[in-house]
Amino acid sequence: MRGNPDAHELIAPGNLDSVLELLAKEPSEWTPIAGGTEIMVAHAAGRLGAKKLVSLWGIDELRFIKEKEASITIGAGATFRDLRAHPGIGVKLPLLAMAASWIGCIANQSRATLGGNLVNGSPAADSSPALLVYDAEIELASVRGRRRIPYSAFHTGYKRNAMLPDELLFAVHLPLRFAEQRHYLRKVGTRRAMAISKVALAATAWLEDGLIREVRLGAASLAPFPMRLVETEVALLGRALNAESIQLACAALQKEAKPIDDIRSTGAYRKRVAINLLTEFLTALATEGQGR
Amino acid sequence: MSTFPAIRFNVNGEDREVRVAPMKRLLDVLREDLGLTGSKEGCGEGECGSCSVRMNGELVNSCLVPVLQAEGASVQTVEGLAAAGKMHPLQEAFLQCGGAQCGICTPGMLMAATQLLSVNAHPTMTEIREGLAGNLCRCTGFTRIFESVIAATAKNREERIEEPAHAR
Ligand SMILES: Cc1cc2nc3c(=O)[nH]c(=O)nc-3n(C[C@H](O)[C@H](O)[C@H](O)COP(=O)(O)OP(=O)(O)OC[C@H]3O[C@@H](n4cnc5c(N)ncnc54)[C@H](O)[C@@H]3O)c2cc1C
Ligand code: FES
Ligand code: FES
Repeated sequence: MRGNPDAHELIAPGNLDSVLELLAKEPSEWTPIAGGTEIMVAHAAGRLGAKKLVSLWGIDELRFIKEKEASITIGAGATFRDLRAHPGIGVKLPLLAMAASWIGCIANQSRATLGGNLVNGSPAADSSPALLVYDAEIELASVRGRRRIPYSAFHTGYKRNAMLPDELLFAVHLPLRFAEQRHYLRKVGTRRAMAISKVALAATAWLEDGLIREVRLGAASLAPFPMRLVETEVALLGRALNAESIQLACAALQKEAKPIDDIRSTGAYRKRVAINLLTEFLTALATEGQGR
Repeated sequence: MSTFPAIRFNVNGEDREVRVAPMKRLLDVLREDLGLTGSKEGCGEGECGSCSVRMNGELVNSCLVPVLQAEGASVQTVEGLAAAGKMHPLQEAFLQCGGAQCGICTPGMLMAATQLLSVNAHPTMTEIREGLAGNLCRCTGFTRIFESVIAATAKNREERIEEPAHAR
């Protein structure tokens, strides 16, 4: 433990409005801490820059999961345990439930929040590929009110996002229109438990009369932030699924993916694996036939 | 320093109060301020599970909890497992099956296993492996730990059968 607890202020106002007022009064001064599984690791290593922290843990207004007929809304403070325990998410958003089960171990999932995962913005964040292919929307809150943006526009660079200094991530909205589409998610890491991914690919697709009507591809670790693979999607849209279109898609991915070299893997390996994952998904899609 | 406001929570059934920096880790508060040294520090970054405790019925790594976030919570540590001088069935099973060697990982293993059995009284081997996946052991090779948990669930079953109807 290299961090010094006395060097950081931490307060817990206990409700959303008080936190938002604090952020409005002194924007950029206060850093939110939810489950702390990122912040406390930085603190332990002595590299937590934030001097003033405001706790979101225990604020019920942020920790909820609401299911409606056409959507599920998840509060930023919901933990990955909450996500795994929710029957609607398991059935209607299986890729998100699967991703939640991968985030570290049980002790980590009891504390790690969806909001923390997204705001932390690691290129390898496990919840991101699933949210991208489910067309998630992000709801931000401030004293000025609420606003919604597509999740695909949330990350703007390495660990940068579209949130303003006085805003909090309030909730994630997930439309349920993908329930009948083909789903795919695979994470490649060093070992099964507790490993941050080297690459992950998620997909949803809808085939009709043998043609690809809709396809969404979301990737972790193929760019400085989690990203939709739009060019690869375009290469597939409207085409029949066969060896030729699979090859075209792989060529598009080869161009579109810009993974980095880091301690976990090399860019070249990540690109190769991503192409393998895409091929696996498309081949399964081709052989499993129609289906929405 | 007593310039800090009081932070109150319940540990193993007892109400406690500390006046420490709110960013102090729950692990350090347990060990240094409350004298409960059962929870260990292995990595200090959430990777090893030797600091695992239960907070409001959920397993958490106490090295990643700033103590202010434990305010009002009920915390269970390994010291709270034995009751009335009698070991918890999991502790007995670890003793009998060789589930502990050097013992550093044991408190965390016991808490993770307690958590698992609290939600799933008869876990399969796969479920045990998942429940303990965040707890590392450098000595036992894990097999004996998993066997201990299975032995404890068998004991659970016996005790439940032996329990007189009025006690249920
Ligand atoms: C042992 C271990 C294993 C892990 N394994 C994985 C893994 O497999 N996959 C994975 O993706 N991650 C993993 N993580 C990372 C981490 O657990 C997740 O990113 C987690 O979801 C972060 O959430 P939190 O609530 O703990 O974040 P915190 O640490 O509380 O906060 C993280 C960041 O988000 C900000 N923030 C939090 N909530 C909000 C909000 N509502 N509005 C605005 N800003 C907010 C904070 O200011 C901070 O910058 C692991 C971490 C550990 C310690
Ligand atoms: S000391 Fe807390 S997880 Fe290792
Ligand atoms: S018994 Fe030594 S680390 Fe597990």
